[in-house]
Amino acid sequence: MITLRIVYALAGALFAAFAVLTAADRRHPKRVGTALFWALVALSFLAGDRLTDLGNGILVIALALLAGSGVIGRGSPETTGPEERRARSDRRGDWLFVPALIVPAVALLGSLVLKDVCIQGRPLLDARQPTLLSLALGVVTALGVAVLWLRPKPLVPLQEGRRLIDAIGWAAVLPQALSALGGVFAAAGVGQAVFALASRWIPVDDRFAVICSYTCGMALLTMIMGNAFAAFPTMTAAIGLPLIVGRLHGDPAAMAAMGMLSGFCGTLMTPMAANFNVVPASLLELPDRDAPLNGVIRAQIPSEDILSVQITYTPGWRVTVNGARRRIQKDSLGLISIIPACTGPCTILLNYNGGLEARITQFVSIATLITLLGLCLVRRRGTTPA
Amino acid sequence: MLVLSGIAIVVVGFLARLNPLLVVTIAALATGLLGGMDPVAVVSALGKAFNDARLVSLAWLILPLIGLLEREGLQERARLLIGKVRAATPGRLLLFYLAFRQITAALGLKDIGGHAQMVRPLLAPMAEAAGSDRFGPLPEGARMRIRAWAAATDNVGLFFGEDIFIAIASILLIKSFLEQNGIAVDPLRLSVWAIPTAVAAFLIHGARLARLDAWLRREAKRASGDAGP
Repeated sequence: MITLRIVYALAGALFAAFAVLTAADRRHPKRVGTALFWALVALSFLAGDRLTDLGNGILVIALALLAGSGVIGRGSPETTGPEERRARSDRRGDWLFVPALIVPAVALLGSLVLKDVCIQGRPLLDARQPTLLSLALGVVTALGVAVLWLRPKPLVPLQEGRRLIDAIGWAAVLPQALSALGGVFAAAGVGQAVFALASRWIPVDDRFAVICSYTCGMALLTMIMGNAFAAFPTMTAAIGLPLIVGRLHGDPAAMAAMGMLSGFCGTLMTPMAANFNVVPASLLELPDRDAPLNGVIRAQIPSEDILSVQITYTPGWRVTVNGARRRIQKDSLGLISIIPACTGPCTILLNYNGGLEARITQFVSIATLITLLGLCLVRRRGTTPA
Repeated sequence: MLVLSGIAIVVVGFLARLNPLLVVTIAALATGLLGGMDPVAVVSALGKAFNDARLVSLAWLILPLIGLLEREGLQERARLLIGKVRAATPGRLLLFYLAFRQITAALGLKDIGGHAQMVRPLLAPMAEAAGSDRFGPLPEGARMRIRAWAAATDNVGLFFGEDIFIAIASILLIKSFLEQNGIAVDPLRLSVWAIPTAVAAFLIHGARLARLDAWLRREAKRASGDAGP
């Protein structure tokens, strides 16, 4: 029977190979740190169940310290250049897509059909994880087909894999770590704490309000942090699980899938997600590539109309659209341009406040707001019986 | 209430651009400590959760296969395929690419496109060329706008396609997170629930691409009008 343990061993062997190949790569700029990092990931896959919880915890901390101290870098294993790739792809033709398509085909087939297959009275796949196991089966099958067809030298697939995993770097472990953060949140009772807090402000029995606060919260938090994966455990522990699943009996699968995608919407709207929004603006040499809301982000926000004002741009101007602040940008003529980002009739207000002055007042008002919020919280806590 | 400071640490840490892996680990430790657990118990809880979440990193099993195919020119082949498309307008070209990107991402080929590989060398120039073929010479602003839309289309196609594939990090993160909270979900169910959003994203972005064409037509007319007598 194929169980998750076998698949973990496979992944462990793969990461162990990455570690060994990194250690053997003399041209790797950060050889030791990177090899150690992949070795720890391999150890987690191979021996995680024997390490004890404390041992695993220390392993996580070691991974985080390695990542945080900047000792992980990219190697440059030998691969083909653009010219050679073009020549090879001409030779292989569209068949090149086939091995890649084997993976989802086997994964889907496996999770629908193979899960019921028995060999000598024993099930082929562990019934608890049909999809993951079929996926692993699909990857192995596809790699087997590709190797038989393309006949690369023995280490080539591993070196090519290392090229890709090095490009991802420490971020390869981030989703797993975020999921673990969700586990710690659950153990420490974050859900209950947020529920206690949220039920004061959100009408907890109003489905629409609750779902809106979850999905909009996901988008907003992602915009602030620039990463939907990071927003997911926090928002789902905070609103998703206690309110949507716990109180309103929503379907956790639908909620989580759409919650994550709401986060992706946030990613599309924030300069914090540099890979997706800032890098292409530079690659394409867009004139507004350094602006906070460059052309790529604007093309992703609906109602992308721009208001141009015939006033010379200075930083002291403030704009509000229907009461909400908007950023002011300088256009190519040095005039003010504004993205109102509103539909229907809008009131756009322009105020001049002076540059530094504006910043000071802004600081004071933010400080006041925080103090007020703090006071409110203290008051509320004081008046609510424990 | 102190237990919530873990959330604040995640937000502030990401905002301050500290290493995210470090931020997440510190947030987990802080949450446990402030939740009243003793240090050894906190580290153990983190270790157990990390060990239980290993399935998330199974998404990388596919890398040797993708790397091998890339070595043989997978991306070049995809570029050739897109390069053959003859579309009448930038909007229609980008609409086709949106569908292509969503479908390939849904099949697990999320690195077949991308800004450096596909948009800059191929898609943006093609869209610009389609624009000037159809609407006549376009002003600078309009050309830049087409480029921005090409990049945006790549993002939208990837984001709202990839979650249909079961072995993508986000789907496995969701599965593992729910498992940590005592809810068992099959990844297939999660990816099925990503389909409605994918369809909606295609329709919305498609409609906006049609509006892009209309905008370009007006823009080109105005530009030629300005140049006239």
